[in-house]
Amino acid sequence: MKTLRTLTLAGSLSLLMLTPASVMSAAQDEPMFTPQQMTDWLHLVMSSDRTVYTRLIVNRLQNKEKVIKASEHFEDDKALVLPAQMFRFGAEMVGEATDDFSYSLLSEWPINKQNAPRTEVEKAGLAYIAANKGENYYATEELGGTTYFTAVYADIAVAPACVSCHNDHKDTPRTDFKLGDVMGGVVIRVPM
Amino acid sequence: MRGKNILLWALWLLLTLLLAWYLLSRLYGEAGDKTVFLPGATTDGHYQIELACNACHTGPYADRDALQEACEGCHADALKAAKDDHPKAKFSDPRNADRVALLDARYCVTCHVEHRPDITGPMAVSVPADTCFLCHEAIGDERPSHAGMAFDTCTSAGCHNFHDNRALYEDFLVKHMDDAPTLFDQQLLVGNLAQIAEQLPDYPLDAHPVQALDAAGQVYPEHAGDAEIVRQWAGSAHARSGAGCQACHADTAGGDWVDSPDHTACASCHKGEVDGFLQGRHGMRLDTARLGRELSPMDPALARLPMREDAAGRELGCQSCHGAHDYSLAESAVQSCLGCHADEHSLAYRDSAHYRLWQRERAGDAPAGSGVTCASCHMPRIERDYYWGTFVHHEVQHNQSANLQPNEKMIRPVCLQCHGLGFAIDALADEALIRANFNAPPAVHIRSIDLARQRLDADADTPAH
Repeated sequence: MKTLRTLTLAGSLSLLMLTPASVMSAAQDEPMFTPQQMTDWLHLVMSSDRTVYTRLIVNRLQNKEKVIKASEHFEDDKALVLPAQMFRFGAEMVGEATDDFSYSLLSEWPINKQNAPRTEVEKAGLAYIAANKGENYYATEELGGTTYFTAVYADIAVAPACVSCHNDHKDTPRTDFKLGDVMGGVVIRVPM
Repeated sequence: MRGKNILLWALWLLLTLLLAWYLLSRLYGEAGDKTVFLPGATTDGHYQIELACNACHTGPYADRDALQEACEGCHADALKAAKDDHPKAKFSDPRNADRVALLDARYCVTCHVEHRPDITGPMAVSVPADTCFLCHEAIGDERPSHAGMAFDTCTSAGCHNFHDNRALYEDFLVKHMDDAPTLFDQQLLVGNLAQIAEQLPDYPLDAHPVQALDAAGQVYPEHAGDAEIVRQWAGSAHARSGAGCQACHADTAGGDWVDSPDHTACASCHKGEVDGFLQGRHGMRLDTARLGRELSPMDPALARLPMREDAAGRELGCQSCHGAHDYSLAESAVQSCLGCHADEHSLAYRDSAHYRLWQRERAGDAPAGSGVTCASCHMPRIERDYYWGTFVHHEVQHNQSANLQPNEKMIRPVCLQCHGLGFAIDALADEALIRANFNAPPAVHIRSIDLARQRLDADADTPAH
């Protein structure tokens, strides 16, 4: 199963990850897509999946139907995985499968302080998307001797569950989130 | 003078050739003793297999990634099961490149270098005890209760582990902070293999369906027809669940009779247990596939723990602890252990409350699962999920490392079955009590639950958000 998953992922990535230099249009000698397009598409998949999970699974079953709760300690509490955890578990699985891209969920108001911005681009990007709602932030940065194209996308409170969980969590540094607020950002990196 | 020089050169050449022959024969000889190549004493976890160099150093030019692959080949599953708090993926993320430059936690050997007893401490950790500082320098700001605590106490004070914090994380402490010390009506898991055998993916159900067998229907060669053996088998769980003589004694390849089947025969029905055995202290030397060479079975004479002198020479396999034919779990859960182990903790077992409970169970005065044996703690039954929990096998964990060190790993699968969390944390931190085999309440107190309670109370006093 793991092999199949790895192969599927590798296959998908190999299509997506063909570098601009290797995917040339014979006629125009131009890349078929830019790193920015690539991160935009990746983000579209990530945010769509997470929104579906948040609305149709967590919010519906926990807040509307009240049949099961979502919990950070989902195994001990026999509960649903939190949307943010689902996102992180996916990021970890990608991290185990490839170095061709990576992504993380960060915030200027993180519940886990290890998820606060650390690099200059992360700091600038999170500040930018919070101040410029609806816009993304793109930059390049050098980390560990490798240059990355780094994209930062706003992470919006799409359901009441996002707001109530973050405002009420004992480790939250901010308690006044509202539906539709920028709560943090998705950072996607592609090595150049 | 010149003749003397020639003689010296010839002698030098001869000695060089002899030395080269000796080293090469050790290095490449099938049964060569490679001790001469060991650069230093090996840790307790690896010393049994230290002469299977290729198990870790997979090739002459193997790089750090190859070494890491070898580490993960044996330890990855355990780390996953432990819900590793510092998985490799966390450090592979480029945003942590600056941290990796300080401490490359993508590789096990960064913190667990082998063959260096001079710098290796508990848990085979070879970096300074205050290494947590490198990433968690600001913990005092985030958690005022931690301000001023020395960084070499993070993992030595009973509060945190680097990998496994399943029983130590804050919300778990809060959830269990009012647990009673002992829950007297609790019972441990009992075996359920016969009930779920039909669902196990590799169980040889066609050849050996789960059903009661009698001696009359058994086929065995004349020389194996010992009446006492047949009597022992007839009273065993094997006879009750469809495992006749052929189930163990027929060679899996050709069906020929094998007088003394080894662990590979047991694995056809007890795969999980045998896998654990081959990963643990008793069976790791028999895992030829993983080691890349054959080693003799483990022998108590090779052990670093104190063993009974009369146990020397007893080779460890399934039968050394389980006997053969009657397969008494009662015997293997205590008697077999004490037949070899002679450390202070083992010798004190028969003076413990755990042993008294076990006596009551054996006498029929208490229900099954109420007694506490050596195996209850060191080879506990665990819930092994199949198909993501579609059904659960109460498998006996034969890999002692799964819950041995750090001993907080034992809290959830073992201690919490019958004890409260605070009691368990304190008891496992009390080294004198461990040596005395828990014959009294803990005399050591770990503050982690107190700190969690203080924070909870402080939050309760704060106006609602």
